[in-house]
Amino acid sequence: MQILPFVVVVWIFAVGLYGVVTSRHLMHLIMCLIVVQSSTYVLLLGVGYRRGAVAPYFSDIPARTPAVDPVVQALALTDVVVEAAVTALLLALAIQAHKRFGTLDPHELVELSG
Amino acid sequence: MDQLVPLPVVIPLLTAAAITALAAILGRRRRALDAIAIGTSAGVAVLLAVILVRTAHGDVVYWFAGFRPHHDVALGIDFEAGPFSTGLACLAAVLVTGSMLFSWRYFEQAGVYYHVLMLTFLAGMAGFCLAGDVFDLFVWFELMSVAAYALTAYRPDERGPLQGALNFAITNSVGAFLSLSGIALVYGRTGALNMAQIGHDLAGHPPDSVVVVAFVFIITGLMVKAGIVPFQFWHADAHAVAPTPVCVLFSGVMAELGLYGVGRVYWSMFGSALGHRAVITALFLGLGLVTALVGALYCFRERHIKRVLAFSTISHAGMILAGIGLLTPLGLAGAAMYVAGHAMIKAALFLCTGIVLHRLGSVNETALHGRGRTLRGTGIVFTLAALGLADLPPFATFLGKGWIEDGTAGAGLAWIVAILVACSVLVGGAVLRVAGGVFYGLGDPPGEDVQMARQASAETAETERGRQVTPGTMIIPAAVLMLAGLGIALVPRAGPALLSAAAGFEDQAAYNATVLSGAHVAHPAAPAGAGMAGVTLASVLTGAGSAAGGVVLAGLALYWRRPWLQRPWLRQLLLARRGHGPGAGLVRPIERFQSGVVNDYVTWLVIGVACMAGTLALAIR
Amino acid sequence: MTARTRTRVFLAAMAGLAAFYVWGLTGLPGFGSYPGPYGYILDHVAVLQTNATGVVSAINFSYRGIDTLGEEFILFIAATGVSTVLRHLRGEREESAGAAALRAEGPAPSDATRQATVLFVGPVMVMGWFLGSHAQTSPSGGFQGGVILATAFILIYLAGQFLAFRRLSPVPLTDAVGAVGAGGFAVIGLAAVAQGLPYLYNFLPLGSVPGAVSSSGTIALISFFVGVEVAAAFVLIVSELLEQTLLVEAER
Repeated sequence: MQILPFVVVVWIFAVGLYGVVTSRHLMHLIMCLIVVQSSTYVLLLGVGYRRGAVAPYFSDIPARTPAVDPVVQALALTDVVVEAAVTALLLALAIQAHKRFGTLDPHELVELSG
Repeated sequence: MDQLVPLPVVIPLLTAAAITALAAILGRRRRALDAIAIGTSAGVAVLLAVILVRTAHGDVVYWFAGFRPHHDVALGIDFEAGPFSTGLACLAAVLVTGSMLFSWRYFEQAGVYYHVLMLTFLAGMAGFCLAGDVFDLFVWFELMSVAAYALTAYRPDERGPLQGALNFAITNSVGAFLSLSGIALVYGRTGALNMAQIGHDLAGHPPDSVVVVAFVFIITGLMVKAGIVPFQFWHADAHAVAPTPVCVLFSGVMAELGLYGVGRVYWSMFGSALGHRAVITALFLGLGLVTALVGALYCFRERHIKRVLAFSTISHAGMILAGIGLLTPLGLAGAAMYVAGHAMIKAALFLCTGIVLHRLGSVNETALHGRGRTLRGTGIVFTLAALGLADLPPFATFLGKGWIEDGTAGAGLAWIVAILVACSVLVGGAVLRVAGGVFYGLGDPPGEDVQMARQASAETAETERGRQVTPGTMIIPAAVLMLAGLGIALVPRAGPALLSAAAGFEDQAAYNATVLSGAHVAHPAAPAGAGMAGVTLASVLTGAGSAAGGVVLAGLALYWRRPWLQRPWLRQLLLARRGHGPGAGLVRPIERFQSGVVNDYVTWLVIGVACMAGTLALAIR
Repeated sequence: MTARTRTRVFLAAMAGLAAFYVWGLTGLPGFGSYPGPYGYILDHVAVLQTNATGVVSAINFSYRGIDTLGEEFILFIAATGVSTVLRHLRGEREESAGAAALRAEGPAPSDATRQATVLFVGPVMVMGWFLGSHAQTSPSGGFQGGVILATAFILIYLAGQFLAFRRLSPVPLTDAVGAVGAGGFAVIGLAAVAQGLPYLYNFLPLGSVPGAVSSSGTIALISFFVGVEVAAAFVLIVSELLEQTLLVEAER
């Protein structure tokens, strides 16, 4: 099952993007963006996994124990914070959009086109 | 001296935090706040200029937290200050300083938010330019983006900025997720995040699927930021509704940063590994030329001054990508010179637009016809800048364009010159039409465009109105920037210096060696056969020709109602519609694509990535 | 594009993109066989070099500290952005709804909810502090601790005490605390520069026992500041968003 986690990555990515493209409600769209982002977490953590290794915390195990890659975990942590920040801003924009446009349908949130 | 390298990023961040912490005191003292912000950005510009001078003797590599690489493996993160990276960061800082100076009189105040967001935006841009680690690049990219989203929505009581900010945020986020996936892929392949180390590890092996996919994904996010077709739709929505000082930054430097990122990623990581230079050139040239044409056509059709300028940025971004895509030092030097000139000139144009908004209360070209005659100084600056945009010699844009065209001629692709000139003529014609109509009352106003008129009139809330005299803090930055766009080209050693810097930027082996082993590799003199970065008669003729063409087109566009111009074939040529003037024939086709609906934009994004992916996957095995 | 065209075109393009992506992923070493040098080297040297047994935290706050600085400011700017975007609504509320909105308490929770949440506030706060101060030891750190600390404040709101929540975390104060947290991180790095060392160099004494609370030099200190900033940012964001809920309630 060497390839399964990576197929999962592509599936989550595709499903999330499908949700974004067919979305009729801004909240749903933002949640789908979060789903797309989740695919990158799975990819990062999947890339760094090492079979038979432990978590890279050596408080109670010998320092030479084979451990998984700690770098991707740090990257995923950074990623989560970045995504939370962008989502917060998008949600605030959605609140204002509801107030000004009266709707949250992306098809209607058009003031300027062409 | 090397200790200075992290400061251009750390100082604005620290100042932004300090301003927020002291918001209770500073919130009321507008002038103190402005002074702090202007001082910080000017200081950062000076710091970067000092570092830039230092890079003449070789790139400066700065390792954070003291973790230097061992045996070609990097443990920490580095900042790599080379001529291009430092120069671009310096350009960003100069534009931020100009914007903040302009905002002194221009803006209605809202707490400390504006200054905090602008300073953080500056820090993100500087960090992006200097980063030597691909994930660090991504972090500064995101910082820049989040600050940009917030700045776009700075007037959230208007519907336009909300639409712009939402489309901007959603489209850029999808692009960023793709870039991040690419970074994860390249990490999985090489186990490294340092760009020099990755390039070192990938070089010498034939390109495999991971390398190709990672490359396509990483440059997608960067191209979304740069506004390359088909990722450019959000660009017009957002750049036109952001406050005018912010538009200066978006059009002047943020889009160009995306293109710098593409170049940096290609030349430090993937260049040697991918090979197939002809394929890559074809891809970049194709995308660049299509973008240049699409942007130019959109630009010509617009009647809202900020949208004219925003669409012209798309066109110029395409031209710059074409220059980069030649993959030669001459093409890259041309692109760099063009970026510098375009940034100054576009900034000057936007600042003049801000002055028009401030004094006359509108940015609708139709409504403003002839009313700008009182703004004489602004009119002169705007017209000169518009001529610069149309590549009139001796502006820096002419010089950069000339080198790109020399590069294409050298590669046997001279037909590209015709396309680039046509785009310059269209864009120059549009902006000169604005200049002639608004500031000099020439000809007749273009036909009324109801939607544009409504959006343009909503812009007035941005600034305090009613002044009789243009404040010095508004006209001086505009004039200085326009003159800088002229002056850069006149610096005597500019050509050879840029050429050698470009050669250094493209030299992957030298970059790897400098970063990983600390060897100070001096910049190579331009390799023989790279071409002369000088002024040739052909390029002067082309530049003067495209400026003249722009003037003629503007004249035709302004005098379109005159009976002796009422010819059917002329109307076809000018894409006019009865009663609405030149360019109006484009309204329906453009509206179908530029729909304003974000679902469409994301679909186009996926289509674009799929096409790029298919092209490279088939051509590179 | 019409919705149907868009969906069809998207599905076609996505099929191609997905195939491309899978093709790329098959080129990676299989799942479970991470090859690269970066992770292995850090696993081996991090404990020795930083005296921290939590390698991920050592990476976050020492090896790749500048990344974390950037990311922390992203969160800071997002909180600023949320305030910027919602400020007009707050201004309008103060004009129109006036005292009624200020008195609004939100939906009244049941007694069970109220008692349970009040009971939890204290332990959650302690847990947040605990996690935030043990970055160098165990899977924890400033980010995790900060988020849990923010949750403690939100529990106060859930207990039906929105006004108490507002009084404990007024926007200007939370803003300032967040700024101190973010700025503190940047200043620690500058303190190293002031001593002639590279930015964010770990210049504090590393301690003798790896993983002890007072070991690992600047890592624990940076983690503290990060925790403060993350807590402040999340409290600010949630508080701004919650106010909108109450505005809607008051209008009804």
